[in-house]
Amino acid sequence: MLSRVMNVQYESQKLAINYFQVALVLFGAQLLFGLVTAIQYMYPQFLFEIVDFSVARMVHLNAMIVWLLFAMIGSVYWLLPEETGIETVGIKIGRLLFYVLTLAVTIVVVVYLLVQVGPGNAMSRWLIHEGREYIEAPRWADIGIVVVILGFLGNVFATAFKGRRTGIVTVLMIDLLALAGLYLAGMFYTKNVSVDQFWWWWVIHLWVEATWEVYIAAVLGYGLIKTIGANRKIIEMWIWIEVAMLFGSGILGIGHHYFWIGTPEYWLEIGALFSALEPVPLLGMFVHVIYDWGKQAGKRTPMSNTPAFSWFVVCTFGNFLGAGVWGFMHTLPQINLYTHGTQMTAAHGHLAFYGAYVAGLIGMMYIGLQGKYGLKQMRMSSSAKWGVTLLTSGVLGMTIALTIAGYVQTFIERGQWGATWQGYFAAQDSVWMTQAYGWRLAMGVVTILGFVFLMKDLMTIARTAQRKNLQTESTATATA
Amino acid sequence: MEEQKISVWSSVRFWRNTAAWVTGFAILLLIWLSVDSVPQITLGTIEDLEAGVTKRVPSAAVINYEISYELDNKRKTEVPIIGGKQLFFGRNDYSQEEADELLHHGKMTVQSKNCMNCHTLLGNGAYYAPDLTKAWLDPMWSETGPYRPMTGKATTEEAMAEFLLNPSKYPTHARMMPNLGITPEEAIAVVAFLKHMSSIDTNGFPRNFDKLKGAVNAK
Repeated sequence: MLSRVMNVQYESQKLAINYFQVALVLFGAQLLFGLVTAIQYMYPQFLFEIVDFSVARMVHLNAMIVWLLFAMIGSVYWLLPEETGIETVGIKIGRLLFYVLTLAVTIVVVVYLLVQVGPGNAMSRWLIHEGREYIEAPRWADIGIVVVILGFLGNVFATAFKGRRTGIVTVLMIDLLALAGLYLAGMFYTKNVSVDQFWWWWVIHLWVEATWEVYIAAVLGYGLIKTIGANRKIIEMWIWIEVAMLFGSGILGIGHHYFWIGTPEYWLEIGALFSALEPVPLLGMFVHVIYDWGKQAGKRTPMSNTPAFSWFVVCTFGNFLGAGVWGFMHTLPQINLYTHGTQMTAAHGHLAFYGAYVAGLIGMMYIGLQGKYGLKQMRMSSSAKWGVTLLTSGVLGMTIALTIAGYVQTFIERGQWGATWQGYFAAQDSVWMTQAYGWRLAMGVVTILGFVFLMKDLMTIARTAQRKNLQTESTATATA
Repeated sequence: MEEQKISVWSSVRFWRNTAAWVTGFAILLLIWLSVDSVPQITLGTIEDLEAGVTKRVPSAAVINYEISYELDNKRKTEVPIIGGKQLFFGRNDYSQEEADELLHHGKMTVQSKNCMNCHTLLGNGAYYAPDLTKAWLDPMWSETGPYRPMTGKATTEEAMAEFLLNPSKYPTHARMMPNLGITPEEAIAVVAFLKHMSSIDTNGFPRNFDKLKGAVNAK
């Protein structure tokens, strides 16, 4: 994506582009290893004792979490100078930390793949991985991540205090501080598996269902202002409603992870009460600004970035469906007692992460691309359409397949067989389940196809548009 | 949408203040509940076990005892019941320290071998292999189950340890467990970890465990 015509005036935005580039590479790795696991569900001998399911899944999950973090940091570096009106403070350190983080992530992934497992001692945990789903990164990398995030936070705070502090920046400051602080809750060892999982959820849940959601609300707000010139007052109002509802329901919503891990019974009530209201305000914000925009459509400039906007549409509704509807499907304890630990969770996870985070952050990448090439307007190309359509249908297809698998597993393993191993195997071998796994694999391939189109588009759309602009009116780039 | 006094519902300030109060309240409640919960899930002691005191997460020394999982009529859910003494690898007199060491070693091995990225522990993890929450009590490993004859061992713990040492020698399913280089000491420790996990009060998860035997066979 190296361009001859760099129109970005802020160093911060150049750094953002670098963050986006690494994020996309890791996105590719996520999909590749997701494909490996999907194949292994169908053909268990595939890469057996070479890249086992556990290894492939660890890379699948970690690549996703890390690329989302890269894209999140990148998006902040992108919007920060525009929101505050000044160059990001300490951007040199920011750039250094970018290289440190990228190097660390590379080493971690290489060790995952080449070393895979170690003996049952503390060294394995420090050097190879921690063996705790989602936050497998070895302890040395944990410390590195904390240092990098602290540096990043320092940049954000220093810039916000020096420049203009908009509502979006204020929310991001508070949110990123919480996000970084929460990571510490996952950085200790205990032999008590209940206590382990109790604090483990502080990181996973309070990231994904609280701080990340608020983050994406703020960034989506910025994105809507950029793409359709949304009214900032409306955006800010909804972001605060989002904060109230997300933190109001999301923080105590952690209770739905405390049903069955040894924690007291009152979490059943807490977890049932405070859940699943989380993505409602995002939908509210979206509908409100679209209404407002439609009302005044003639008076304002048209959409400035249709690919980004289409990804924001996917984000809004994907978040509502994936996190909200699919989450609520199995969040009540009376249901969760039977669905906990089945493919239901996998179905929810795929659509929720895609809808809430992947879509929004790809939208931000398109905004970055538009800015990088100084385009006043960026229109949908055919690969942009193919990308968003195939990726979305692929993930939706996988989600539906996994939902069916989840229903069947719940029905056979939990309902009919009393949750024993025999029941587990009976469910896995039932034709409904194997068919569902087949559809998941097929839809995974569709997803990867969508990714190929997306990559092609990100590499060509802006340059093509720029060339066209230069051809039609030679002054186009000069004014940008 | 200018800050005219049209309605409080469209005021940014109102919602900012609401967000601050709601968030503050939620954080305080979470901290308060956590302060209450964590002591309830810390490990019990060997004295608790000897005195018959029920703990949500018993001492590691629970490996000296027989564990079952039965319906509690008052709570209307299944709960782990700690019964009489039971041999575990030929002993039932593990001291607090010995049992703690086994649990510690077992937990570290479970993490190092990445068990959670195929199996679920307390229902959390991956769904590629069976849940391990009540693995210790699973009928597959019991006297009447197929795994003891398969491994040629007489007890659950020995059968489990043997399986962990040579998993690909005993294909229990098309999805085989890979060889993870587990040592004999690690295998014993992992089995201790599993036995201990089965004694945790999980509010009745999994439900109807081993009470139903495939009412309708799914073919």
